[in-house]
Amino acid sequence: MSTEITTDVVVIGAGPCGLFAAFELGLLDLKCHFIDILDRPGGQCAELYPEKPIYDIPGFPVVTGQQLTDNLMAQIAPFSPEFHFNRMVNSIVKQDDGSFDLTTDADEVFHAKVVVIAAGGGSFQPKRPPVDGIEAYENKSVFYSVRKMDDFRGQDVVIVGGGDSALDWTLNLQPIVNSLTLVHRRAVFKAAPASVNKMQELVAEGKINFLTGQIGKLDGADGQLTHVHLTTDAGDLAVPATRLLPFFGLTMKLGPVADWGLELNDNTIVVDTEKFQTSVPGIFAIGDINAYPGKLKLILSGFHEAALMAQAAKAIVAPGERVVFQYTTSSTKLQKKLGVA
Amino acid sequence: MKILVTDQAGVDHELEGLEGWRVMEVIRDWGLNIKAECGGALSCATCHVYVDKDWLDVVGAPSDEEEDMLDSVGDVRPNSRLSCQILMNDALDGLKVTLAASAAKD
Repeated sequence: MSTEITTDVVVIGAGPCGLFAAFELGLLDLKCHFIDILDRPGGQCAELYPEKPIYDIPGFPVVTGQQLTDNLMAQIAPFSPEFHFNRMVNSIVKQDDGSFDLTTDADEVFHAKVVVIAAGGGSFQPKRPPVDGIEAYENKSVFYSVRKMDDFRGQDVVIVGGGDSALDWTLNLQPIVNSLTLVHRRAVFKAAPASVNKMQELVAEGKINFLTGQIGKLDGADGQLTHVHLTTDAGDLAVPATRLLPFFGLTMKLGPVADWGLELNDNTIVVDTEKFQTSVPGIFAIGDINAYPGKLKLILSGFHEAALMAQAAKAIVAPGERVVFQYTTSSTKLQKKLGVA
Repeated sequence: MKILVTDQAGVDHELEGLEGWRVMEVIRDWGLNIKAECGGALSCATCHVYVDKDWLDVVGAPSDEEEDMLDSVGDVRPNSRLSCQILMNDALDGLKVTLAASAAKD
């Protein structure tokens, strides 16, 4: 049975532009629910460059991606937006009354009057290594995450990568597999030192193998792997493998957005510059994911787009209601909403 | 100044570059198949190129941070570099690089 949630606005993507949209929508009394594929707010700012300084946010000579995210979260807290992390929107279907039903891969249905797509470069998904024919094995014997450990029990497992995911799964799966080979392009790891030490102990005890190299090609049939070929300093090696787990981090892919019937232009969503509305009335797109003449992919542009979008969203949620434009510096009404008056 | 870029399909392109631009920015600006998703923040490795062997000494070695970032692609070679970390200057006039498969857009 699906979980059903009814709200004014669903914002897809909890990056900086989406978060600020909750502020502008909140000032207009519109309630927001966020859906994001990551496990926390911040989007690219949190996933790609949390510690990198950003120098072009107005009023902040320098701010890191994480600080900006934290500040935006504090700024929108008075409006109590609700967050649904670790899920992806699969479909958006317009209803007869003009509202939308959104379904997620976590078996939820959101009923919303307005949808705001603030999905940046799309959804973060595991990087697929450039290996010919790997698609045919995916979700059968090649996996980018471990959902059920039992799928690996008694298997010959090859794990590729040198970060925490690769190391953690090496340690977690080792007790239940038939054999495990960790492959990384060099003997330097960007992972918790304790995990690296533990892995090296297992290698010394002969319980796992570690090879420096990269995956070359895959052998198998009907999606079932038999061998992974590795390019190593010592030449090419064919390692028996029934499961392959490549951990190369995340990359952004447009994903299901492409199937929502919106006018697209080179992986971005075409909008107008008055409301930032897409080709489907009631669905808006702000931030890096939209396209219009002169578009600059800057966070500050996304903030502007959020403010104008919110005015148009209000007119859809509360048709006919007169909206008086007010400033937070002077309006007691707005200050009450922010909890400061 | 110019750079010579071979794309993933093996097609050669001669691109005009400007002093101070990152090689990634030149390649992106000319519309070649480069994802460059973090925009030059050394956070993604989707601007991965192979530097022609005759240019390796001029370009120099990657920094430790760049080397770490290269862990997130599966097609590293000894001449791998992230093109966002190579800044155009007179000494690089004529630089030859090849776009890696892992730099391609979807």
